[in-house]
Amino acid sequence: MSQNKRDEILHDHNHDGIDRRGFLKCMAWAGTGALCVMQGGVLKSYSMSRANEWNAAKMAGELSFAQISDSHMGFSKAANPDVAATLKAAVDKINALSVPPEFLLHTGDISHLARPEEFDTVDQILKGAVAKDVFFVPGEHDVIGDEGKQYRDRYGKGTQGEGWYSFEKKGVHFIGLVNVVNLKAGGLGNLGGEQLEWLEADVKQLKSSTPIVVFAHIPLWSVYPEWGWGTDDSAQALSYLKKFGSVSVLNGHIHQIMQKVEGNVTFHTAASTAFPQPQPGKADSPGPMKVPAEQLRGLLGITDVNFVRGQHALAIVDSQLG
Amino acid sequence: MKAKFARMGLASVVVVLLAMFAAGRVGGAAAQDKTATTAEVKIDNFSFGPTALTVPVGTTVTWTNRDDIPHTVVSTDGVFKSKALDTDDKFSFVFSKPGTYSYFCSIHPKMTGQVIVQ
Repeated sequence: MSQNKRDEILHDHNHDGIDRRGFLKCMAWAGTGALCVMQGGVLKSYSMSRANEWNAAKMAGELSFAQISDSHMGFSKAANPDVAATLKAAVDKINALSVPPEFLLHTGDISHLARPEEFDTVDQILKGAVAKDVFFVPGEHDVIGDEGKQYRDRYGKGTQGEGWYSFEKKGVHFIGLVNVVNLKAGGLGNLGGEQLEWLEADVKQLKSSTPIVVFAHIPLWSVYPEWGWGTDDSAQALSYLKKFGSVSVLNGHIHQIMQKVEGNVTFHTAASTAFPQPQPGKADSPGPMKVPAEQLRGLLGITDVNFVRGQHALAIVDSQLG
Repeated sequence: MKAKFARMGLASVVVVLLAMFAAGRVGGAAAQDKTATTAEVKIDNFSFGPTALTVPVGTTVTWTNRDDIPHTVVSTDGVFKSKALDTDDKFSFVFSKPGTYSYFCSIHPKMTGQVIVQ
């Protein structure tokens, strides 16, 4: 298993710019997650890669949780030969927060090949988190070969259909959606009619002042359809959320931080704990980026503090506190 | 006796020769069928190459994943379906009937391809 591999590379055999020193730097960027804090109904998201610059007093809120994504356990190529170590680094960072998050969200691609031992390794590492509750949605890698049966056996207790569900925490309504099964040739991510019907019914009785947090693996907005970075029927899903003043949508899949505000809805994608992927259209394909570690921070970019206040005074903020 | 043989022999020999020639040709074609043809599809940069592949009936097509990310090869009509192909993993299928077979990667459905069997 990858967790047993030595976490050092003494020579750059592959001429890919990754050596031992580079790998340790790589841990610094790859062990990232996001801390999400609900402050007066506004979801703010702080990139964990800059946790040392945080001002804990300013970040206090009524509810905080951490988002991690795309741990790809089982991946062992040059872009990151030890994804277990970087996931553990993310958990360590979460545990070191002065105000521990109440729970974790994992937005999918838990495993690389949906092998039982890959899920086992992630479960073992996440047991080390101080926050004991972890809420999952599957990524396409988690459902390879069985359309998600194994995933649901492990993580789907109490869920509906292909594994979707909702829950309440301190007045915030969380909705976990599945958009990685029954994909159609030539298409994008897919929610499907049954899940859409469920969603419509799930939010019908909620007051419009209820803050909504939707999380799913593939982005629910068109980041870059040419690479499959979008969901075919997401517009239908979002139409059911129009009445709400504060809707935050958290996704993974694209292994980089992006955000977009559209009316009352703020979309936010999380970095991977495993390896980065290129910016849309900036490479031949969305495969793992193999770059010298020194360049990685530059590629991830420094996002401006981006406080957004929508019409209803409710929006998400991706603050890197730079 | 000898004359009769000679008289009938000319035609017989021609028939036999024709028969042997024909048989030889038939046999040759049969041998060609047994030596099944093969064809390759490479998976690179989240695409199948060639995207459309034309092969004779009986061809074994082998897909090889050369990406760092796993892919699958799944017929849209349920004719064939690979398991997850990790880097350098292969999947083969014998196309014994003519037709156009569309397929895609079930986890990256933007990746599509066709095998045209003639």
